[in-house]
Amino acid sequence: MTLDLSSDDLEMLDGRNGAAVEMAMRIIVRLGETVNAKRLIDISSAHIDSCLYHGLSTIDFADRLVQLGAQVKVPTTLNVSSMDLLHPDLYRGDPEEALRGRQLADLYESMGCKPTWTCAPYLLEERPNFGDQIVWAESNAIVFANSVLGARTDRYGDLIDICAAITGRTPDAGLHLDENRHASLVYEVGHLSPSLFDHDEIFPLLGAFIGSTTGTQVPVVDGLNHKQSEYRLRALGAAAASTGSVGMFHVAGSTPEAPTLEAALGSKDPQDSIRVSVEDLQMMRSKLTSSTGTALATVALGTPHYSIDEFAILRSHILGKHKHPEIDFYVSAGRDILLELELRGWADELRSFGVSLVGDTCTYFTPILSNTDKPAMTDSGKWAYYAPSNLGIDVIFASTADCVASAIAGRVVLDESIWTNEQ
Amino acid sequence: MLRLDEPLSFWGGLDPETGQITDVHHPQVGASVTGTVLAMEHGRGSSSSSSVVLELIRNKAGPVAIVLSEMDTHILLGSIVAEELYGLSMPVLITSKENLQNFHSGNVAHIDSEGNINCVN
Repeated sequence: MTLDLSSDDLEMLDGRNGAAVEMAMRIIVRLGETVNAKRLIDISSAHIDSCLYHGLSTIDFADRLVQLGAQVKVPTTLNVSSMDLLHPDLYRGDPEEALRGRQLADLYESMGCKPTWTCAPYLLEERPNFGDQIVWAESNAIVFANSVLGARTDRYGDLIDICAAITGRTPDAGLHLDENRHASLVYEVGHLSPSLFDHDEIFPLLGAFIGSTTGTQVPVVDGLNHKQSEYRLRALGAAAASTGSVGMFHVAGSTPEAPTLEAALGSKDPQDSIRVSVEDLQMMRSKLTSSTGTALATVALGTPHYSIDEFAILRSHILGKHKHPEIDFYVSAGRDILLELELRGWADELRSFGVSLVGDTCTYFTPILSNTDKPAMTDSGKWAYYAPSNLGIDVIFASTADCVASAIAGRVVLDESIWTNEQ
Repeated sequence: MLRLDEPLSFWGGLDPETGQITDVHHPQVGASVTGTVLAMEHGRGSSSSSSVVLELIRNKAGPVAIVLSEMDTHILLGSIVAEELYGLSMPVLITSKENLQNFHSGNVAHIDSEGNINCVN
């Protein structure tokens, strides 16, 4: 199969639209040939993950593009930075690394990217519509765009994201194509007690289980009675994309390409069907928890960046209360959401409880936590999965309510009733 | 040859300065990928893997080649951009799942100019 380039594509590749476009198009074409795409397609937006500093090569790449005159061709948002750009004093790492993070931020902003600095671009005002072809990087954003919005992005990563934004083109492959969006693996949950699914923390656990057992297939969850909220679907997807390579999932009756199980499967028989057990979910809970004692120094929420819905839940738990003085309590969110919190007066309430609000970045990969010797607690499957490797910290995965109760008590407090009732 | 028992996410799973596997969930945590032919079934996880592969190659801490049974575009892009920026090459090869089963850590890998790969003890 050969990649059929349009006359516009060939002009870009020939350098007639400038050297930056030429370089970006050369990379897009090499990718397109490798994934056996027949053609390139137009995209309507891009979300860039390359703006996170990983070493000098990340700057070399952006700097080369800027030197060659790069400008983005489609509306383009930026994923998290290595630091809170509005509150740089929160950063506890090497000052030189902080400078390089800032330098990288400037390079991407100078290419015309919007300084959104969030891993949750789907919470911004202009989010993609059903069927839109987009190039999004950042695994939780990809899985949300495909699964919950019904927009179409493949599992893009760094480097290609900005090339697509500069050319406005991407290979017509992977999850851009109808035939790759159907589920082939069913996760059956209809036999489990419906009351289990009254608890938000089941969703990241289910996601973690799906991620670690799906491989590269598209999974569908069947047997949930109610249409599930966006934040629950998001927590499921973020966990699945952390423990595995999931770029798209369906929840029959909840996600837009799965009005029914049959629709999700594209009217084909699934390759396999997995009956999820309570033990599977408990096993994931153990896997996302590396500390068994009651010692606690930190609570970290907001991975992916908290939405207003999630802040509303957190607010209901903390109003009129104060955290223990020896516990640090961080919540990460995008700068747009942080502004909204100020306007609603919620930011003051959160601060009065003792919350440190973190913008533009996230606490699981960058030096923000003041204490990594003692364990941290989180309601995020993604945070729980990555923080032990990234920060060398022990972690306890728990519900948002347990995170708050523990922050008040100054030690780990877990409500086990959800599990004991299921025995 | 370093044959990974489980897929590795380069980001959050590998230090691009030392080439050491740091993912505490990975069975081969602590092993170094530097100078090896790194073989695994497929890549995994984060969107940042391309940048980590690029940085790994820039630091000359990377494998000499990566062998997969399914193409991973994140890994491939790190390799493509390393060639664009630095003229450094780290081929990404695809072989069948069956062929991959025969690869073991410590094997010597022979790669011909067509991209065919064979392993001997």
